[in-house]
Amino acid sequence: MTSTMKLKTLFQKVWDEHVVVQEAGRPAVLYIDLHLIHEVTSPQAFTGLRERGLKVRRPDKTVATMDHSTPTLPKSLWVIDDQAKAQLAQLERNSKEFGIELFALGDRRNGIVHVIGPERGLTQPGKTIVCGDSHTSTHGAFGALAFGIGTSEVEHVLATQCLLQREPKTFEVRVDGQLMPGVTAKDIILALCAKIGTGGATGHVIEYTGSVIRSLDMDGRMTVCNMSIEAGARAGMIAPDDTTFAYLEGRDRVPKGAEWDAAVDRWRQLRTDDGATFDKTVIIDANKLEPMITYGTNPGMGMPISQTMPTSESFDDPSQRAAFEKAMKYMSLQPGERLLGKKIDVVFIGSCTNSRISDLRLAAGVLSGRKVAEGVRTLVVPGSHDVKRQAEAEGLDQIFKDAGAEWREPGCSMCIAMNGDNLEPGQYAVSTSNRNFEGRQGKGGRTFLASPLTAAAAAVAGEVTDPRSLLLA
Amino acid sequence: MAKFTTLTSHAVPLPVDNVDTDQIIPARFLKVTDKNGLGDNLFCDWRYLKDGSPNPDFVLNEPESRGAQILIAGDNFGSGSSREHAPWALVGWGFRAIISTGFADIFKSNALKNGLLPVEVSPETHKRLMEAVQPDRTTEITIDLPSQTVKAPGGIESSFPIDDFSKHCLLEGLDQLGYLLSFEDQISRYEQQRT
Ligand code: SF4
Repeated sequence: MTSTMKLKTLFQKVWDEHVVVQEAGRPAVLYIDLHLIHEVTSPQAFTGLRERGLKVRRPDKTVATMDHSTPTLPKSLWVIDDQAKAQLAQLERNSKEFGIELFALGDRRNGIVHVIGPERGLTQPGKTIVCGDSHTSTHGAFGALAFGIGTSEVEHVLATQCLLQREPKTFEVRVDGQLMPGVTAKDIILALCAKIGTGGATGHVIEYTGSVIRSLDMDGRMTVCNMSIEAGARAGMIAPDDTTFAYLEGRDRVPKGAEWDAAVDRWRQLRTDDGATFDKTVIIDANKLEPMITYGTNPGMGMPISQTMPTSESFDDPSQRAAFEKAMKYMSLQPGERLLGKKIDVVFIGSCTNSRISDLRLAAGVLSGRKVAEGVRTLVVPGSHDVKRQAEAEGLDQIFKDAGAEWREPGCSMCIAMNGDNLEPGQYAVSTSNRNFEGRQGKGGRTFLASPLTAAAAAVAGEVTDPRSLLLA
Repeated sequence: MAKFTTLTSHAVPLPVDNVDTDQIIPARFLKVTDKNGLGDNLFCDWRYLKDGSPNPDFVLNEPESRGAQILIAGDNFGSGSSREHAPWALVGWGFRAIISTGFADIFKSNALKNGLLPVEVSPETHKRLMEAVQPDRTTEITIDLPSQTVKAPGGIESSFPIDDFSKHCLLEGLDQLGYLLSFEDQISRYEQQRT
């Protein structure tokens, strides 16, 4: 590189490559390489297209799946309410009419949108990827620039394959050191949310760097990028490396033969130049991380599992204190106490954060040869049919069933509770999903977010438990 | 999209930080295939009691809130999901502007596309506005988009930021798709170059 060339971050390289037009004082017209759609946030966009007499510009760059409102009970695939049925029927009709490939319910490639994109090899380094879904940040694990958009923007991309975007700022999250046993990718991202808060990275794209990030497998990297939005960032990215290429090689939609080699050569350039600077940097020392758990009603209200919850006095800022007190009231918890030993009613292992094969292996490792505690309902929901088949081939489903857990069909399930899987009012759940908002997992339900290890440990103990106690046992 | 120039209205104070999109409109109402009717379920789980009757303690149900077009919310409003159902529900109820010290990125972008103005003010201005509105719910706030100012009685006056393009679209009632479509030639050329 010559000294006159501008040093760029990974984000800037992908961004610059996709700017079609940049007029002064206007947002950039940004080209989108892959548009994923699902049943909940797309119907009104297609209605808009019809009203204007527009077509989908690039159906070949658009892929649809059904996941949010789909049921996950085996053998009852069509027993859902009329509204959900209408929504699914509409997606089917829209896909057909506009020539979009659809992984419908029952299709062997179906699953949660952020699980199937990478699985099919649709998600690739250097691509711009959008979806009407905030956890689109997941795909950034491959070195793509991937972010969630609203339904108006879904319509924009359908019509023009472009979006109007202002260039965000950059934020480096460096994770150095080494993860201790029992500490996983989920704990890294929960620790980041606790450290910077749910608005901490607003207006920024995060790049995760450091030796610990490099050591994570793709499933772990996806878990980290997935919850970038919980820290306020629209996107999270990780530079692609041999781990990335090994995951992608041979998948349905990646280039083959000489084209594959050429692609890998290109992808190797997708890294932040030495000396390029970020607008912000946060460093996390992995050596000090413990399994994390949330106690409150946003993902920033989290702590190491062995610690005590804060008290009102911990907050100087009056509105933060008010938010904390409101959360404690909703959760019906005592400030200053420990969460360890808190009785729980439900364990949910699933969602686009933690429903991949590595997540299920972690959970199965804890549940193997053990039983779910009496009175605790445990749902294990694979993220896709690929994951489900793989888990069954490895006998994980049998481990879950033998332990007394429910083995479900793929889907968003209790992460969003709009498909028949939900908490009852007042119930406590340990969940591997990404949001503990009031009512998120069912009206009046109370959620503790944690890793698959911690969730599985809670299922066995019937209460919030440090998974390390079971791993060592 | 409806034009936005100047708005004068009394306001609804909601002094809660991190109001997320699941509170604005819970997921069980996302099974609709159009944009209408969501206002009835705005803040549903705070607004209605178990038996479905209005919760008299929730601010939106207070008679003083009737007809208000401005919401003053706490910091980091609209965090969480990308659902545009959130601004649809707020607009459906009758809001045209939200005042906060900060907005989540996707919410802000969605709001601007629906004629709902996110007004970002400093913590001091926010506090003064809250203190003006809470004891006297008839207090009127004026939001003037051309000059990017928010004003209230008692000498409260502050400017707020908005990018030129969004401002232009709101003032003219333009929707952004028309603007994007005007780049057809450039988009085609870009596509040809890359393949
Ligand atoms: S699993 Fe949850 S967070 Fe992920 S896409 Fe589905 S509803 Fe959204």
